[in-house]
Amino acid sequence: MSSTIDHREPDTTAVRAGGGALGSVLRLRELPVLIALALLVLITYLNNPLFLSPQGVKDLLLNATIIMILAAGQTLLIITRNIDLSVGSMLGLVAFGTGSIFAAMPDLPIFAVLVVGMAFGALLGSINGLLVTVAKVPALVITLGTLYVFRGLNNAWAGGKQYFAGDRPEAFGALSVDTVLGFPIITLLAIAVVVAVAVYMAGTRPGRDLYAIGSDPDAATVFGIKVSKRVFLAFLANGALAGLAGVLYASRFNSVGATTGTGMELDVVAAAVVGGVAIFGGSGTVAGAALGALLLTTITSSLTALRVDKFWQQAIVGILILTAIIIDRLASLRTAKKLRISEARNV
Amino acid sequence: MQQTPNAHAVPGSGERPQETVLSLTHAAKTFGPVVALADGTIEIQAGEIHALVGENGAGKSTLVKILAGLHHPDSGDFRLSGEPVHFRNVAESKAAGISVIYQEPTLFPDLTVAENIFIGRQPKGRSRLISRSEMRRQAAELFRRLGVPIDPSRVAEGLSIADQQIIEIAKAISLDAKVLVMDEPTAALSGVEVDRLFAVARALRDKGTGILFISHRFDEVFDLCDRITVMRDGRYIATHRTADVTVERIVREMVGRDIATLFPKAEAEIGHTVLKVEGLSSAGVFRDISFEVRAGEIVALAGLVGAGRTEVARAVFGIDPYDSGRIEVEGKPLKARDPQAAIAAGLGFVPEDRRKQGLVMNLSVARNVTLTLREKFLTAGLINGAKERRAAQEWSKRLQVKAGSQEHAVSTLSGGNQQKVVLAKWLATDPRLLIIDEPTRGIDVGTKSEVHRLISDLAVRGIAILMISSELPEVLGMADRVLVMREGRITAHLDRAAADPESVMHAATSSTGVTE
Repeated sequence: MSSTIDHREPDTTAVRAGGGALGSVLRLRELPVLIALALLVLITYLNNPLFLSPQGVKDLLLNATIIMILAAGQTLLIITRNIDLSVGSMLGLVAFGTGSIFAAMPDLPIFAVLVVGMAFGALLGSINGLLVTVAKVPALVITLGTLYVFRGLNNAWAGGKQYFAGDRPEAFGALSVDTVLGFPIITLLAIAVVVAVAVYMAGTRPGRDLYAIGSDPDAATVFGIKVSKRVFLAFLANGALAGLAGVLYASRFNSVGATTGTGMELDVVAAAVVGGVAIFGGSGTVAGAALGALLLTTITSSLTALRVDKFWQQAIVGILILTAIIIDRLASLRTAKKLRISEARNV
Repeated sequence: MQQTPNAHAVPGSGERPQETVLSLTHAAKTFGPVVALADGTIEIQAGEIHALVGENGAGKSTLVKILAGLHHPDSGDFRLSGEPVHFRNVAESKAAGISVIYQEPTLFPDLTVAENIFIGRQPKGRSRLISRSEMRRQAAELFRRLGVPIDPSRVAEGLSIADQQIIEIAKAISLDAKVLVMDEPTAALSGVEVDRLFAVARALRDKGTGILFISHRFDEVFDLCDRITVMRDGRYIATHRTADVTVERIVREMVGRDIATLFPKAEAEIGHTVLKVEGLSSAGVFRDISFEVRAGEIVALAGLVGAGRTEVARAVFGIDPYDSGRIEVEGKPLKARDPQAAIAAGLGFVPEDRRKQGLVMNLSVARNVTLTLREKFLTAGLINGAKERRAAQEWSKRLQVKAGSQEHAVSTLSGGNQQKVVLAKWLATDPRLLIIDEPTRGIDVGTKSEVHRLISDLAVRGIAILMISSELPEVLGMADRVLVMREGRITAHLDRAAADPESVMHAATSSTGVTE
């Protein structure tokens, strides 16, 4: 019986889906980002071949690594129609904490530090999650508050103190220098994170619940989806990933102190939005967000390589974000028009 | 409407034994002082389609929400297949085998059709991850059984209401639902879609599913259903076998109460024609609407929700466009699509949703009352606060708005007093005709009669009133003439003497006399 259906199903769906496999590739929300990235790299390479030297590629990947991890966490939240603006502050706290731990216990295994950093981040994330799900205040407002609270804690803790790469074990710094198959180790970690989150969001029931929640929170409640629990866990996971990013930040950069990670939340949200994650939830992928992170960091490097004035660089990044949003809006207007047409037929 | 010869045969009356799958007895539900359900009683058998009928506010939707696990009854006995159940949430009700399809299905617009059916219980492949191909295959199989061509891989956004309902039914089937509740499923469907839905419902019944069908359309109820339960004012009235009962009897049971005593309407002197509407049509919305409203007269537009009454009012007031027809106010033609012109001609419009359209909730009572005539209070181009307050006070006093202060935000007032503020707002413009859409919706019983008295007073002062109402007692108690609309057309013009519950309900629901 199943074989007859297997025969029948592809031709009924393929016709109405309009184009089968090719069509589904063309409809990918990530496609514009991928094309933009390829064009950008190609143009820069033609002008400055050093851009794609092994060292050049390594730099591009290293620059994107931290934002990629943060964007993966942020995607979990934006998909559910939430947001976490405190990621920069969380990263700063964990990065400074990492510096402090190594200063106090230089012999601690790197793995243990990673675990402690992620646990610390998860704790901070769960504070956001509790406030959002229990107080029922929009995440935008809650995390705007914790952005300042966490930053204030960091200031109070660090004061004027800074820890430098020299204070940390050499093997820890090597994570951001050594490569496997041309990829820096921390970048491989980031890719592993993106793959893990992508599999969770695409292939598990709780992961799909996140999309349902963001698509229509009221319908999700009516369906009996545990909205509060899922949202809370997403905040917790996002905190843990911010913690991971904080530890890796201490590996990658020379100094960590009171202002580490300031303003990073905007880069992260921008990466997700540029990568096709709908700001009102329900659609988008973590792979897209990671591509968005890569595009945003690459564009800065390209513009430098192309010797574009530094003042123009930010404006160009801004235009990129607006373009992404306009493309998204046009797409949803097109669906809305289709909706009206199909409703009109019912009258 | 397609008539299936054996549609009225009750399965189980002959060969199969009757089995009660769901019974709710004497269920009550109150929200604060409001009694939403006083005695909710329903009994559904396996393999029957059971209709639940009643006026707006009879308690049908509260009963449905109890079945769905959204509301918890304060008292009463709820059993599934004889076993007592207490649902704490929707998930428990669903797990027990009750599926509810609401008038406007709630699908996730960003997810695919297949995922909407299987959300939370997607089939898994060998890798223990969700298998999309298996999910698509199962969804396609469901649609094949239902005989509908819906692509499981498309996103739900943009699907017609009819297709969305089919998806909800597919979900119910895949959940192996024992009871399927359909809350006014046909309200937004075309004739062909209704036929398809009924075919699916009959097929499910024949497989032993118990179906609760809520509808205002008697032709559908009598065509499809095996038994009918009537509710009125939150109470169970009676259950009949469809074959043993007439439409007239059901209508009597639905409306049976003393109407005349509810609303003391003062006699007003009826004057010249204020509003004249001739042959007004708007494609797909309403067709060939003609009527007049005279000074001092209250004309009610009755009919079911969705019959096109509000749309007619909006077109008259210039909010929505219309395709053809004429509108005259005091003999002069009224410009289409221009609410400013309508106001200038002396029209006022009190919308149904006063929170969204009638009031600015965060502004003070005074500001809201004077919103329509700001230019009268200008001093050197700025609004003169003292003048504004005086005018607001004057009107609030005349309408007996109970507000702590003119400066309090309108949102702090009760529903009835909010409605008075909206009325005050329009009365301050000195209108010749007031269109009032659902004047007492969401207003408690005590304040209702105050609003009615006010409307009656306005008529005595010579204002022409066009009142849209879904509440029969209100229509019959207030109106000098009743126009009944059904599916975009006026199906009856009734004088006060000729209007009674049966005649209005009949014109509002029955398709006889109107060609499809």
